[in-house]
Amino acid sequence: MRYSGWKVLAQGLRGNTGWAPAWRDPAPKAAYDAVIIGGGGHGLATAYYLAKNHGLTNIAVLEKGYLGSGNIGRNTTIVRANYFLPGNSEFYSHSLKLWEGLEAELNYNVMHSQRGLINLFHSDGQRDAFARRGNAMINQGDDAVLLDREGVRELLPYLDYDNTRFPIYGGLLHPRGGTARHDAVAWGYARAADRRGVDLIQNCEVTGIDVVDGRVTGVQTTRGAIRARKVGMVVAGRSSQVAAMAGLRLPIESHVLQAFVTEGLKPVIDHVISFGMGHFYISQSDKGGLVFGGDLDFYASYAARGNLPMVEHVMEAGMTLMPMIGRARVLRSWGGIMDMTPDGSPIIDRTPVAGLFVDAGWNYGGFKAVPASGWCMAHLMATGESHPVAARFRLDRFATGHLLDEEGTGSQHNLH
Amino acid sequence: MRLTCPLCGPRDRREFYYYGAAVYLDRPAADAPPEAWDEYLHLRDNPAGVTQDLWYHEQGCGSWLKVTRNTVTHEILAVDAVSAADAAEEAR
Ligand SMILES: Cc1cc2nc3c(=O)[nH]c(=O)nc-3n(C[C@H](O)[C@H](O)[C@H](O)COP(=O)(O)OP(=O)(O)OC[C@H]3O[C@@H](n4cnc5c(N)ncnc54)[C@H](O)[C@@H]3O)c2cc1C
Ligand SMILES: [Zn+2]
Repeated sequence: MRYSGWKVLAQGLRGNTGWAPAWRDPAPKAAYDAVIIGGGGHGLATAYYLAKNHGLTNIAVLEKGYLGSGNIGRNTTIVRANYFLPGNSEFYSHSLKLWEGLEAELNYNVMHSQRGLINLFHSDGQRDAFARRGNAMINQGDDAVLLDREGVRELLPYLDYDNTRFPIYGGLLHPRGGTARHDAVAWGYARAADRRGVDLIQNCEVTGIDVVDGRVTGVQTTRGAIRARKVGMVVAGRSSQVAAMAGLRLPIESHVLQAFVTEGLKPVIDHVISFGMGHFYISQSDKGGLVFGGDLDFYASYAARGNLPMVEHVMEAGMTLMPMIGRARVLRSWGGIMDMTPDGSPIIDRTPVAGLFVDAGWNYGGFKAVPASGWCMAHLMATGESHPVAARFRLDRFATGHLLDEEGTGSQHNLH
Repeated sequence: MRLTCPLCGPRDRREFYYYGAAVYLDRPAADAPPEAWDEYLHLRDNPAGVTQDLWYHEQGCGSWLKVTRNTVTHEILAVDAVSAADAAEEAR
């Protein structure tokens, strides 16, 4: 099914009775060249690039629910490349470039909107840290502009600049940062992968991973056994459970992160604003809702809902920063499960089981990573070698001490 | 969420600081191999269900607590003080 303005009009006149499903609903085959566990953003992107970049089309994505039922449809959609450490910097830079061509690549409107992201700072020390980060971004070939207080005021006149605890000193503007429509990214990759022959199999939960003599031979699922010499585990918040099926223990602790959206308002917030000191960030969706969130609830959790203290904290931080939103009514709140690593950076690597690969540990930043993660995971599964921009996302870096601790908060899973 | 501190009684979640899985009590010896430290600091069972973790009664009595709870339902099953005796036993 292809979409166009003309089709929408014609379908409107025919009562929308002529739309066909965007992808097939195949039954699982007995064997594939490769299977990907998890039909979220990363799994679907991996399947697409395996087919497109590496010509592997006898492959399947196995999803326990429906496509896009996980975090890909629960996040607050921020897309940015403002990382500092070598290892992260080149990866997210690659991802942002893929985002910039994604709609043409998939022929799908993912509503990528580079509206600019502003990280606020509130002290001289923080200004120095952001100046340094901005330089790292520029060195990586991305964009960053250090704004002083008046520079921020010009863009965001409605903030409270004189808050006694966190007076605004300025902000680091990342003009190419922004947002995208989260579901559309899953749907775009799904349709494009399906077109290239990838079987997208829904309601198919993987319940076991078959390993013979240290080599993966296939998976057990709720829809029968499936043989495959290559298996990719791309299950975000469920990484520990799926890896345990192959006898592996991961450096991951799962935590819940909440988010909120208000009723639709007229356009009022043009950028993505991040108020790190208050644990608060916000943007406005194209539908008009203020989309905002804060930090983790901070204790290990698999509940897709959080607790009230963090709700209160996020609301307080929002009111501290921009009192004008006090009259907006919150429409919904929800939570998603984050696979937190001890250094806050992800894993795209082989495992000790031959033929079994892992793409996990995205913490709360995996939406922006979807294109590059798929690209690099596909490269790894097809060639057996890490892609250069993901070469540091190794599973053994914790044991060897090569951590990528972007925030410098130490080996505690919930502090990243 | 409320935790019942053995010393202070039922208290609001906000009084407590969450540290991580209770394996933090099994600190390896200083000369343990790097793998032991990797286990201790990084690798986790991370169960979806009953787990044990360490909390600190920061805004209360200052006790370290070993909490048994369910990560799926957020139900608290038990809260025990990590007493000196426990710590000694863990060290053995
Ligand atoms: C509230 C919130 C806000 C966020 N905000 C941002 C943001 O602004 N920017 C950003 O970059 N990131 C953000 N993130 C993080 C981002 O959403 C995740 O890192 C990313 O979506 C995870 O990858 P995924 O899309 O593949 O995950 P998912 O969509 O969760 O995909 C994993 C899939 O695996 C399936 N699965 C699990 N177990 C099995 C099994 N045994 N068999 C078969 N299938 C299985 C699941 O059903 C699921 O569909 C946010 C997350 C949350 C919750
Ligand atoms: Zn107490």
